Amino acid sequence: MEPLRDEVVHASALTKTFAGTNAVDGIDLSIRRGEVFGFLGPNGAGKTSTMRMIACMSPRSSGDLLVRGLDPTFAGPEIRAGIGLVPQEDALDSEMSVFDNLVIYGRYFGLARREVRARAQVLLEFAQLADRASTKVDHLSGGMRRRLAIARSLISRPELVILDEPTTGLDPQARHLVWDRLFQLRSEGVTLIITTHYMDEAEQLCDRLVVMDRGRIVGEGTPRELIASTVPREVVELRLNPGATPALLVALKDHVERVEQLADRICCYGEDGDAILEAVIATGIHPLSSLVRRATLEDVFLALTGRQLIE
Amino acid sequence: MTTAPPRGFFAPASSTAPPRRRWRLALSFWLLQYRRTWRGSILSTFVLPTLYLASLGIGLGGLVTQHLGNHAALLGSTSYLRFVAPGVLCASAMQIGINEGSWPVMGAIRWQRTYHAQLATPLRIVEVLDGHLLWITIKIGASCATFVAIAAAFGAQPSVKAILEVLVATVLGMAFATPMVALSAHVKNDAAFSTLNRLVIVPLFLFSGTFFPVSELPRPLRVLARLTPLENGVALCRSLALGAGFSVGQLWPLLYLVALVIVGHHLARRSLTARLVQ
Repeated sequence: MEPLRDEVVHASALTKTFAGTNAVDGIDLSIRRGEVFGFLGPNGAGKTSTMRMIACMSPRSSGDLLVRGLDPTFAGPEIRAGIGLVPQEDALDSEMSVFDNLVIYGRYFGLARREVRARAQVLLEFAQLADRASTKVDHLSGGMRRRLAIARSLISRPELVILDEPTTGLDPQARHLVWDRLFQLRSEGVTLIITTHYMDEAEQLCDRLVVMDRGRIVGEGTPRELIASTVPREVVELRLNPGATPALLVALKDHVERVEQLADRICCYGEDGDAILEAVIATGIHPLSSLVRRATLEDVFLALTGRQLIE
Repeated sequence: MTTAPPRGFFAPASSTAPPRRRWRLALSFWLLQYRRTWRGSILSTFVLPTLYLASLGIGLGGLVTQHLGNHAALLGSTSYLRFVAPGVLCASAMQIGINEGSWPVMGAIRWQRTYHAQLATPLRIVEVLDGHLLWITIKIGASCATFVAIAAAFGAQPSVKAILEVLVATVLGMAFATPMVALSAHVKNDAAFSTLNRLVIVPLFLFSGTFFPVSELPRPLRVLARLTPLENGVALCRSLALGAGFSVGQLWPLLYLVALVIVGHHLARRSLTARLVQ
């Protein structure tokens, strides 16, 4: 696979080995300038290890990797000069003020004091932290810390921003605020790489994504493509009395394209959810509850790996 | 609602060359942090050595000097204060080196994650390390200079050689700080620090010629003491403080201490790399 001109990240057979185990197992990637690219997968899928290699914070074990057209083995400082990283543990200095955290970070990129202060002011507004400039980070809520970590990653006007689980642990309102800010970045041409184990986040934010499981890429495409190519269009979720499942599965055999049995429910996939539900009722077996919905990335993940994203 | 940033605010920078002399940027973190914490460090850095000097030099020293008699030659000094001042200078340089190489380093790895934050920027491990070590050097140097000035005020004779004493004590402090950084990056938790203090630092403090000449020790201990970095530093500073001139022999302990700093730096770099770059 040859690198393309507008590729920000190009990887082939990229591998990361820890103590004999392949945390990342020979993946190929092509992330283009200006897109929002997602890594979707459960904990331990190899997302963070991949992220750290792309951010030039962890050397690859084998394979090829180019970031911003350069090889991380030889050009770490040059590559990182154009990257903003929002790590999972945000690595903010909890004893320092919000403002100082921004300023010192900008200094690491060689920005002049005056410039860094001016940018910090604007970023505080952007992160809705303007009234907290002199507050110690220790006193911020989880959502505020995450917004500060994002603001900090933007101080150097990076071409590529890497966000590792940007909304894990945030309440829905705080998540939407973060999403809103990320949309704003994309509109200005910043390339974003996001890891997440939330399928709604991946669906909302990502132009393209890969689904990772056990160090490998098991699916790739736009959220819509992935859903269309992997699972039927609609899903009927049924909760049943214990013991009723086998009989129902036999009765539904001709009406559904695929069935997934989960611990607490079964998912029946087909092009027409209502028709499936009618078929269920016609069997005389009454489910405790039923839900017809469109297939999501969650179903894609289930189909690709046989497991749920959040177990 | 807040005002949105001006259009183009986030547009990627056209040129992103990494800054030069990046250790300087790592150092600026510690300077910024010190602006907030200097009050707390005044006690350990300046007040404690002064208390030692007052207690040992004036209190104990008064008693010792009175009974010195024929033993003046043993100390090489007519006053105990002048004898003990270089010892306390070196011992406190060691203590600051050990302290600065322990909790702040562990904090930068585990609690504040300062090193992790720095490594996500153009800084490399060696620059992160050098910035921090330079800061520790400044702290030890400033504290030693203050100590020498206070000692002069107490009556230990000041001279230009005092500047050399500060230099030697600072190198001595770094000979302890650098391997301490390596250890802090290596250990799982801070339990190792108190073990190290009990088994190594306190015995060094007591038996390295700080308070009495090592010639008073039984022979095996004396040989052992002469190998320690602290004794080498103390002996050199003392010869600078009490001796008449300079000799080539004074270079050996200095070279020994410098060699320890170089080895310690190498170990620290290896240990930090193993811990942070996985």
